[in-house]
Amino acid sequence: MEVKEQLRNVTAPADHLIGGRMPAKPLNKAAIVTRLTLYTLAVLTIYAFFSFDYKELDFMDALLGTFANLKTIFLEPHLKHFSFGHALYQVMVTLGLAFLTTLFGAIIAILFGLLAAENLSSKKTSMVIKSLVAFIRAVPTVLWVLIFAVAAGLGSTAAVIGMTFHSIGYLIKAYSESFEEMDRGVIEALQASGANWWQIVFQAVIPSSITYMISWTFLRFEINFAVAVAMGAAAGAGGIGYDMFMASSFYLDMREIGAITYFILAVAIILEIFAAKIKRKLKTA
Amino acid sequence: MKALLEVNHLTKQFGKDSKALTDVSFSVQEGEFVSIIGPSGAGKSTLLRCINRMIDATGGDIRFQDSQVMNLKKKELKQVRTKIGMIFQHYNLVNRLSVIENTLHGKLGTKSTLAGVLGLYSKEEKQQAVQILNVLGLNEMIYKRADQLSGGQKQRVGIARALIQNPRMLLCDEPIASLDPNSAKVIMDHLKKVSTTMGITVVVNLHQVDVAIKYSDRIIGINKGQVVYNGSAKGLTSEDIQRIYGSEADDLIFDIGGIHAG
Amino acid sequence: MQADIFAKKKRNTLAYLCLLGAVTMLAMVITEYNAVKGIASIPKAVQWGMANFYPTAESLEKLPVILEKMQETLLVSIAATTAAAVFALLFAIFGSNTTRINRFFGAVTRGIATVFRNIDVAAWALILLFSFGQSSLTGYFALFFGSFGFLTRAFTETIDEVSGGSVEALKATGAGYFSIIFQSVIPSSIPQIISWILFMIETNIRSATLIGLLTGSGIGFTFNLYYKSLAYDTASLVVIVIIAAILLIEFASNYVRKVIL
Repeated sequence: MEVKEQLRNVTAPADHLIGGRMPAKPLNKAAIVTRLTLYTLAVLTIYAFFSFDYKELDFMDALLGTFANLKTIFLEPHLKHFSFGHALYQVMVTLGLAFLTTLFGAIIAILFGLLAAENLSSKKTSMVIKSLVAFIRAVPTVLWVLIFAVAAGLGSTAAVIGMTFHSIGYLIKAYSESFEEMDRGVIEALQASGANWWQIVFQAVIPSSITYMISWTFLRFEINFAVAVAMGAAAGAGGIGYDMFMASSFYLDMREIGAITYFILAVAIILEIFAAKIKRKLKTA
Repeated sequence: MKALLEVNHLTKQFGKDSKALTDVSFSVQEGEFVSIIGPSGAGKSTLLRCINRMIDATGGDIRFQDSQVMNLKKKELKQVRTKIGMIFQHYNLVNRLSVIENTLHGKLGTKSTLAGVLGLYSKEEKQQAVQILNVLGLNEMIYKRADQLSGGQKQRVGIARALIQNPRMLLCDEPIASLDPNSAKVIMDHLKKVSTTMGITVVVNLHQVDVAIKYSDRIIGINKGQVVYNGSAKGLTSEDIQRIYGSEADDLIFDIGGIHAG
Repeated sequence: MQADIFAKKKRNTLAYLCLLGAVTMLAMVITEYNAVKGIASIPKAVQWGMANFYPTAESLEKLPVILEKMQETLLVSIAATTAAAVFALLFAIFGSNTTRINRFFGAVTRGIATVFRNIDVAAWALILLFSFGQSSLTGYFALFFGSFGFLTRAFTETIDEVSGGSVEALKATGAGYFSIIFQSVIPSSIPQIISWILFMIETNIRSATLIGLLTGSGIGFTFNLYYKSLAYDTASLVVIVIIAAILLIEFASNYVRKVIL
């Protein structure tokens, strides 16, 4: 009896709320911004659809055409202009580009990541580097590659240097954030025993953040594989991306595109599984 | 006899008007066990960190052995720091490294940058580390990772890291505040032993008055950044405690007579 | 015994470094990467940039055209992201371990998302070029497919993270599937979802530049036009406009994130 009475007391205000059509959610700043963001995006999207340059394209025709094409691409893949072995080798080239880019990026990013971490550097240095990183990241990778291509000539060298720029920016951000999460006390303890900056970095900071650093670096490697495919297609970096570009724009061979896509997909999925494995292993280690 | 550590008219100001320490003066003899007690926020931690200049004091001077600590340049300061071990409330170990590696970190101050960076330690240093860990009862744990240890064990590694420096003095900042009573007793016993058998001076910040009375040769009481008591542990009366802790004193439930008797 | 841990560590480090060195050498050989030329190209690029890669008064006349293309690219990126987000949310709800209808359906939706995510937008662009030609729609759908895959994964993780407890609580009260989704899952994950959408828009603007290069539309095409015709002053203006647009979007999304997260 008493319990029931209490229950009614608890549920009574809720009934009142619904009955009175009072908003269940109070409108605070966060809620307003959330809604405004969603409305803005919705309006811009609708406006976008009207403003697109359709070039007298029959949308339905094109869509149906795409489905037919996708069927051809994915269900009837073949290799015509090169062999399976060649494709495999080109995939290795793309992987190599991604590897070099990630490695160079990681080495440089460690140094600048340390300088960008507020707890290891000064506020001013950190600010300068972080702004520089924002700038580097704002320029699309392909533009970095093309800009370096003017100096080094179109090819893998320009591609690696250009792609490295973006990796550096990305990894500096990731590394410095994991350095900043580091326990201040540990740094203090080593300072108190007279250790210098480099010693603290290598004996405390890097051992403490190494798992984060490895997972971020591998994630970047995954991204760089995709980027390397794209640079092969768009900026003469070579590798499987270039073959895909040729198949698409030169030979107009959809079935070959299908085969290449399967190659890329397979490598990407293998990398993803590998990354998940590393992550799990580091978590338990 | 000349004191090992002398602190004169030390003041520390944070920002414009918040004074953490006001005109603090005291000296510590070779081999002495000194506890600094006082309510939270009294400035105990600040005081301790001013001694090895983890925090730069605003005024006054500090003499350790023959060095004027406040005037030291970067390199000389590091030299002085190698002779002062420090122990922390939260142990401050590198969790992902082994016990022995954490212990050897105490040697970094005496190493070249490159040797420190690569973690190159001599055979003697490793032997010394093992020996110290044995004394502290950690012989089973030497190759375990720091994050696999209990709080009390971690703090013992903290002590080992300080001892391998061959320090003249240990600064302990609330070393037992995060420990259960049993582990706390083990840690305090070790610190006492360090002081009596190795002749190392120990200066320890404490929260627990009873522990301070039991272990110290001398107690320094601090309230609002000022020294309000500086005398033997035996001479500490309940009036003194009242002065040190102010209104908080009533909450410190313990029988001072009982502790002195024990 | 006692020095073992150090010796072992040293051996391991050395082994890793050797492996890394070997793979690096191999990668350099097969990609035909020239280290000397690479390093030398950096100062050369800087020098060249200082000399040629800045907008002149003449190139400023092209600014209206560039801005128009930039706007087009921005709109494509936003429209592709939002539409992809709607589909991704649907797939994420069906694919998440906490909200999936059943195990089989969950696995299927996850599988589809994996395929979409792992085909890069550049690849999508080349595939779609066949049907849509050099129109905005090629870029739009390429971004749409790429975003869809990425966002599905991001949303799934968000839902898994955020709503485990509250879903269980509402299930315990006997609430139905759809009321759980709309009353618990979506409200509690909406800030994260918006954050991911904003991130995706930023990424898509960068990708749109690339796709534009490949498919001949938007700001990427504009850049390529001036770049190929060696009009570097105008090309640099395009780059500046892109940087400004991305920093602007980043600034806006950082603000939104700060308020809602």
